[in-house]
Amino acid sequence: MLRGLPRRLAGLFATLFAASFVIFAAAYAAPGDPAVLLSGSRQELTPEKLAAVRAQYHLDEPLVVQYGRWLWDSAQGDLGRSFQYRDHVADLIGARLPTTLELVAYATVFFVILGVGSGVLAALRRGWVDSAVVGGTTLAASVPSFVAAIALVSLFGVRLGWFPVTGQGEGFTGRLHHLTLPAFALALGALAVISRVTRQAMAEAYASDHVDAARASGMAERQIVIRHVLRNALGPIVTMCGLVMAGMLAGTVVVETAFGLSGVGSLLVSAISTHDFPVTQAVLLLMVIGYVVVTTLVDLVHPLIDPRVSRGTKRHTAKRVKTA
Amino acid sequence: MTTPALVVEGLYKTYALPDGGRTTAVDTVSFTVPAGGSLGIVGESGSGKTTVARMLVDLVRPDAGTITVNGRERTPGVRGGRPRGPVGRGAERLRRAREIQIVFQDPYVSLDPRLSARQCLHGALRLHGRHQGRAATTRVDELLDQVGLGKREAEARPRGLSGGQCQRLAIARALAVEPEVLVLDEAVAALDVSIQAQILLLLAEIRRETGVALVFVSHDLAVVGHVTDDTLVMRRGRAVETGPTARVLDAPEDPYTRLLLSSVPREGWDPAETVRMRGQLTPEP
Repeated sequence: MLRGLPRRLAGLFATLFAASFVIFAAAYAAPGDPAVLLSGSRQELTPEKLAAVRAQYHLDEPLVVQYGRWLWDSAQGDLGRSFQYRDHVADLIGARLPTTLELVAYATVFFVILGVGSGVLAALRRGWVDSAVVGGTTLAASVPSFVAAIALVSLFGVRLGWFPVTGQGEGFTGRLHHLTLPAFALALGALAVISRVTRQAMAEAYASDHVDAARASGMAERQIVIRHVLRNALGPIVTMCGLVMAGMLAGTVVVETAFGLSGVGSLLVSAISTHDFPVTQAVLLLMVIGYVVVTTLVDLVHPLIDPRVSRGTKRHTAKRVKTA
Repeated sequence: MTTPALVVEGLYKTYALPDGGRTTAVDTVSFTVPAGGSLGIVGESGSGKTTVARMLVDLVRPDAGTITVNGRERTPGVRGGRPRGPVGRGAERLRRAREIQIVFQDPYVSLDPRLSARQCLHGALRLHGRHQGRAATTRVDELLDQVGLGKREAEARPRGLSGGQCQRLAIARALAVEPEVLVLDEAVAALDVSIQAQILLLLAEIRRETGVALVFVSHDLAVVGHVTDDTLVMRRGRAVETGPTARVLDAPEDPYTRLLLSSVPREGWDPAETVRMRGQLTPEP
C-alpha cells in the first residue's frame, strides 16, 4: 500500500498546483474591477484613489507575481482578507466549514446505507424489486436537488412538522435534527449512481463460478452473499462512494441556500456575486483540496479491499498468458 | 454386490423460452456409477451434459427424476421452489454437499480471487467443521500435498497461480469436503494439452487413493478415453449410447457417437467426411 505513496503524493501536489493557478487566473480574468468595489462609494472615485487601492492590494502587479504572492501566503496559512467583510478569509471559512462538512458526512451516511442497500437488494431479488429500485433511484436522481428540497420541506417540515426547515441547530442532536432534511436532499441525487454501481458489481461477482462452487460446498446463501459476492464487489462500490462524496464537497450550494444554512457553499455564491476574490479563490481551492484528498485516500484504500489490484499485477498477467 | 456410488434415474429438465414455450435440456437420462467407478458423459455443446452435472450438485433443480448416492436418495422435491441455491438448511445442506462435489471448467473464475490457496481450503474445512485448529492446518497441508501444490502456491492467490495450479486447488477444495462422488465439468478443457495430462493423471491417482467415484463431463473423447471406465454419449438432451468406454470408442453403435469420433483430428483426417456424416444425422427439430 505504501509503495506507491511518494508517486501519489507528487501527483496530488501537481494537481493542486495546477488547480490553484487556474482558480487564481480565472478570478483575475473575471469581468469587473475589484478596486472599484474596494474603494467604497462610487461618487468620490478618482483615478488617484483607484491607483492607491490597487497598490495597497497589489492589484497593479503582473498576474504571475500576484499568483506567487498568493500561493506563498496561502501555503503559510494566510488566505488574505475578504474584500467584502474586511475579515480574515481563514476565519470566514473556519466558521462555515463545520456545517458543510457535517452536511456532506450526513449525506454520505444516507447514500451509502440507502444506495448500497437498495443495490444489494436489486441484485439479490431480480424481478419487480429490481425494477422498482432502478426506477425509484432514477426518478430520485432526475429531480433537481432544489425541487427535492422544496418537496421535503413542504412534506416533512411544514405538513408533518417532523424536522425544522431552516438553520443548523445547537448541540449534536440539534444539528442532526436540523441537517436531516438537507442531507437527505443532497443524498437523493447520488442514490441512483451508487445503487446502480452496487447492483452491477454484485451481479458480476454473482456470475462467477466460485459462487456456484461455494453453493455446491453447502454454504448458506446468506454467507455466500456476504463472504463471496459482496466482498468481491466492494472495490467499485467504495471507489464510487468516495468519488460521489468528494463531488458533494463542491455541490452543497443549492441545498445550503434552500435550507438557509450558512456553509461554505453559500459563502462561495455571495463571494462570487460581490467580486470578493480572496474568498472565492480560497473556497475553490479548499474544494479542490477536498476532492483530491478524498480520491487519493480511496486509491490508497482500494488495494486493502481488493487484493487483485495490489502488487505485481503485471508480473502475474504475463505469467498467466504463458501458462494458460 | 456393493451399492453403486451414484444412481441417476429418469432425470428430466426443461427451460422456459422467451416466447413462452419450453425447451428440453435433459430428457430422461439414467446412469449408474459403481463404487469407486468412473463415468464419462460426452456430447457437443448444448447436449445437456453440463445441465446434468449441475443437477447432480443441486445448482439446477430437475423437473423429474431421482439421484441416489450410496443408496440414499437426494433428489429434492420435484415441484416449484426457487430455481437456484441448495435445498434444505444447515446440517442437511452440508450433508448433501459431502455426497457430491464439483470442479468447474474455468479454474480462474471458480476460485474466489481474494483468498489464498490455504484460506480457500481452510474455508471449506471450517464450513464442514471436520477439523479444528491444528488438525485443520495439518489437513490443509495434506490436501495441498495430495494435489501437488507446494509451499509457495499455498500462500498464493488464484492470480499468482497458473491455470493448472488453480485447477489443482479447485480439486483440493472439492476433496476437502471428502465427497463420495466428484463431478468434473469440462475440468481440463481450459488447460493446454501437457497440463491436461498432468491433471488427468492426478485424478486417476486420487480415485485410486480415496476411492471417490468420478463423473467426467467433457466434449473431448480422448480425455474421456483416458480416465473413465464407462461412457454415456448425449445428444440434444438424450442419452444416445452408453457402455464401457473402450467399447464405445472402438465400436460405436450410434451414428452420433461415430460422428463425434470422426470429428477428432488425426492422421489422414478428412473434415469434409465429418461434415457429410453430420448431414446424414436426423435433422435438428
